[in-house]
Amino acid sequence: MTSPESADAARAFEVTFDGRPVEALPGRTIAAVLWAAGITSWRTTRDGGRPRGVFCGIGVCFDCLVTVNGRPGRRACLVPARPGDVIRTQEGTGHED
Amino acid sequence: MRTDLAVIGAGPAGLAAALAAARRGIRVALVDAAPRPGGQYFRQPAPGLGTEGAVPRHGRRTWTRLRAALAESAVDVRPEHHVWCVERESGGLTVHALLGPEQRESVDVRADAVLLATGGYETVLPFPGWTLPGVVTAGGAQAMLKGGLVTPGRTAVVAGTGPLLLPVATGLAAAGVRVAALVESTDPARLPRHARALAGKLPEAAGYAARLLRHRVPVLTRHTVVRAHGEDRLTGVTVAALEAEGRVRPGTERLLPCDALAVGHGMLPHTDLAETLGCRLDGHAVAVDAEQRTDVPGVWAAGEATGIGGAALALAEGHIAGRSVAARLRGTAPDPHDWAPAARIRARERTAAAALHALHGPPAHWGDGVPDDTVLCRCEEVTAGAVREALTLGAGDTRTVKLLTRAGMGWCQGRMCAPGVAALTGCPPTPSRRPFARPVPLGVLAARHDRPTPHDRPHPRSEEGPS
Repeated sequence: MTSPESADAARAFEVTFDGRPVEALPGRTIAAVLWAAGITSWRTTRDGGRPRGVFCGIGVCFDCLVTVNGRPGRRACLVPARPGDVIRTQEGTGHED
Repeated sequence: MRTDLAVIGAGPAGLAAALAAARRGIRVALVDAAPRPGGQYFRQPAPGLGTEGAVPRHGRRTWTRLRAALAESAVDVRPEHHVWCVERESGGLTVHALLGPEQRESVDVRADAVLLATGGYETVLPFPGWTLPGVVTAGGAQAMLKGGLVTPGRTAVVAGTGPLLLPVATGLAAAGVRVAALVESTDPARLPRHARALAGKLPEAAGYAARLLRHRVPVLTRHTVVRAHGEDRLTGVTVAALEAEGRVRPGTERLLPCDALAVGHGMLPHTDLAETLGCRLDGHAVAVDAEQRTDVPGVWAAGEATGIGGAALALAEGHIAGRSVAARLRGTAPDPHDWAPAARIRARERTAAAALHALHGPPAHWGDGVPDDTVLCRCEEVTAGAVREALTLGAGDTRTVKLLTRAGMGWCQGRMCAPGVAALTGCPPTPSRRPFARPVPLGVLAARHDRPTPHDRPHPRSEEGPS
């Protein structure tokens, strides 16, 4: 949940996670941005409603699925964060039905 | 677009192959899912993070050399191409790739030859609490650290078995994480019988030992994590000693508070593209000949896809494959003497890999210790109890277990749970047939259906009948 070195804060931009502003650095994936902010879960499972976050970190396991700018099912470990991204916890499939 | 050789995967094997072929006048497209070449091993922080800090930097000199060679070469680097299928069509092969990060649009790369350098992914055997946030694969912790300069917590336990645990533990420690323990299930007493095969690995191992000591990382060998604790995220793990036959020794359990667990039990090759092409597998790996050719004409394979063996092996195999492609596309037979140094490295590294594989088998009887309420299939939330029930209903193979329980039917297509299901059921793990290597939007498939299909396209290999 920490950032091991002082990265170039001047180039930081903002995204939101469940409505809260979160600082992001260019080049980080959404998962890395959330980890740097101390957030480790951003999905709840379809059956048990259990929290999940990064597991494999390389796009294989699909545990880190998240809703980005209204589109659910994005792999947070692969998708780069962009200025103004609206990131929301994905509940179940992320589709409201 | 059309090219001579499409290399799929820009890790050590793919890079070595692309450079070797391009140097011999072959037009090469190097296709990779990531934004930048390097694969997992040479994964670099994004340029925007601009750092050379406390990042694990494996094979820095090799990477510097490869990166410079790539920049000077005529290789057409195509990042953010998520390959979902490779097809044989009249007059060559077609690589279908979704363009990332959106992955909504598919492009085709047509080539006379394809090299599969698709790498591997980590195996994690299930245990209570392994789905808690804060529990990550060892390779995942490393990928997030290398690429994003982030760590999963302030106090970590690194556990499981295999050579990957060493760079992960030292990398996390160098990044400022307190590593409460490196928990390795292998008994070091088994090391001497493999000493000869692993002699070349000693300097590397000694380097890691020194770094573990410097960072005061306690090393627990012949130990395992039996449980991860926490409600909504990890708060600690229970570790215990293992008996000689691999069962937990009663009374040795102890709690290590931590907010991160990086765990791994070895790796498996990515073989989906090879299987769809009809390439023969040898166990879990793509079978290749001395030139790294698969048994499908025009298709070569190198690196972890042909058997887990590390970066040095992948570089050697890639180099040989690239030279073989260059000769074969000109209609000549290559002279293996030309690549004798790479062949020697390949032989040495394959011997070492076999020894490491024998040394680092996951603990025997793993499945017996998994409680009924532990989730095995993370995607479909199928518990060990449900899988055991399927066995009592007569399921005799992992495919029937899947049909009865949905274990392996989720987003990851069974990649994560297959080793656990195999350990629990005693059924041998078999590579699953996946026609597509990754999820493909239906619109992409529908658009393809509207196109005329070549008549000479070979039929996909028929599905196995029920056994």
